[in-house]
Amino acid sequence: MNLFPNGWWPYLAGGLLVGAGIGGIFLTTGLRAGASSFFTTTWSWLSRHDYFQRPVFRDARTWRLAFTLGLLVGASLFAARSPQDFVTRVAPWRLLVGGLLVGFGTRLSRGCTSGHGICGISAGSKPSLLAVLVFMAVAILVAHAMRAAGVTP
Amino acid sequence: MKLLWILLGGAIFGFGLALSGMTKPEVVLAFLNFDDFGLMLVMAGGIAVTALAFHFGPRLRAKPPCGEYEPPDAKLRRGTVLGAVLFGIGWGVAGICPGAMLASLGTGNWPIVYGIVGAFLGAYAQGRWAPEE
Repeated sequence: MNLFPNGWWPYLAGGLLVGAGIGGIFLTTGLRAGASSFFTTTWSWLSRHDYFQRPVFRDARTWRLAFTLGLLVGASLFAARSPQDFVTRVAPWRLLVGGLLVGFGTRLSRGCTSGHGICGISAGSKPSLLAVLVFMAVAILVAHAMRAAGVTP
Repeated sequence: MKLLWILLGGAIFGFGLALSGMTKPEVVLAFLNFDDFGLMLVMAGGIAVTALAFHFGPRLRAKPPCGEYEPPDAKLRRGTVLGAVLFGIGWGVAGICPGAMLASLGTGNWPIVYGIVGAFLGAYAQGRWAPEE
């Protein structure tokens, strides 16, 4: 059984760059940059509801927007020099339903693959490790069930 | 200056996500279906470098150039596990997570807009109807 049928170096190199980005932000600004908070802090510009107007979200909304712009710029720089096709075939309904659950779930859990997975584990946080084990296990089960049910792509 | 560092760090992060294929839902789903374990290398590489920065940063320098070192948030809340279950369902259904879907838009993957709109709506619903603390 081949664990890496498409090679291993882009995964490892990409992962090291992900760490360099998060680590670099920490070394220069002291911030621990997970991605999911952006989906909450951005609402502080649009909704007057108390939750979104909390100082913890308002104070972070500008840097989190800059962080997201960075993600877009960095990914576009790679895509501009790559012959790959980046447009997904995964059905729109899956992206929308998945997106809803990802937005709700990561914000309820206060972290995602980068917040709990990379920042949390790197800081030795046990709750983050627990969250990662839970979302990995659930996602593996769901993906296998979707495939078994014949949902493709 | 602080925002420039964040923009630069975000760009390195986003470049890495695109290089590693994590911006493609198909590649993430291939991991979740045990066809290709590359995602584990991405996580391992990311954690290795980040852990070094988190560990040695504050020991080598009392203060970063812009701001203060933020203490880690390692609190177990009621929502930590339930939220992770819901996130896991979404990740398994679509193969998308927050950083990867935002970077994915940068690669020109236009259908990812469905996922991003969903994530904004989901985050709104959480803030309105399931806020914590």
